[in-house]
Amino acid sequence: MTPLTLKTEGDLYIVVTRHFAAPPEAVYRAHTEPSLLQQWLLGPDGWNMPVCISEPKPHGKIRFEWSNGKGGGFFLTGEYLELEPYRRLVHVERMHLPDPTPDNHVESRFEPHGTGTLMTMRMTLPDSQTRKQMLATGMEHGMEISYARLENVLSAAPTRS
Amino acid sequence: MDATFAALADPTRRAILARLASGEATVMELADPFEISQPAISRHLKVLEKAGLISRRIEGSKHPCRLAKDGLDNIDEFLAMLRQALTKNYDRLDQVLANMKTNTGDKSL
Repeated sequence: MTPLTLKTEGDLYIVVTRHFAAPPEAVYRAHTEPSLLQQWLLGPDGWNMPVCISEPKPHGKIRFEWSNGKGGGFFLTGEYLELEPYRRLVHVERMHLPDPTPDNHVESRFEPHGTGTLMTMRMTLPDSQTRKQMLATGMEHGMEISYARLENVLSAAPTRS
Repeated sequence: MDATFAALADPTRRAILARLASGEATVMELADPFEISQPAISRHLKVLEKAGLISRRIEGSKHPCRLAKDGLDNIDEFLAMLRQALTKNYDRLDQVLANMKTNTGDKSL
């Protein structure tokens, strides 16, 4: 079983699915309550989220600040747009690198699946310039790109240096 | 291909790429935030240029650098990084959810 699927939908969206062994209410809460978000929404090892503002109501504010504990950090701001408790969340977010990236529109659905939850998250595929910026920043922050995958992508190259 | 791996393996070179993601910069501007000499920065830039990750243009005596148009601009690389970040996050979320279950005992969530 593949726990995570990630694929593009046309040129505009990325669709991610993941199964969790907990009911939709718990998964929804873990996506909206600051004390829970701070435990898992951290990216690479060694990072934490000292500031987590999440106001799960229409127009509610989102602000996440990450730190590597060594003076490095960046933050994200956003707003909740639509909330159907325990079933569906729509929010918009942007990274500050330090200039804000274009808005990423994210819809998350939490559906009962057996005794657990199937989460489907649909987000905006960043444009070329933003991808470049996020890749470079991500690599600096320790989110290494998968070399195995890169090897596949580049294996079409006729010569090796 | 191996040149790309080698170029990305070094933390200073990744930091240089991150800096260039926000715009063009000269060797002097790049050397400034790092505690290393301009010749050392120049050596890093040569590696990055050879790997096709940056390009340089000539403007008088300056040679400003920028990210190469096709260097890091690849959807697959971006998705690979996103997949890795999400995998880490959701593995941690599994643990958070398991703890929530334990903490609430018999009460339904």
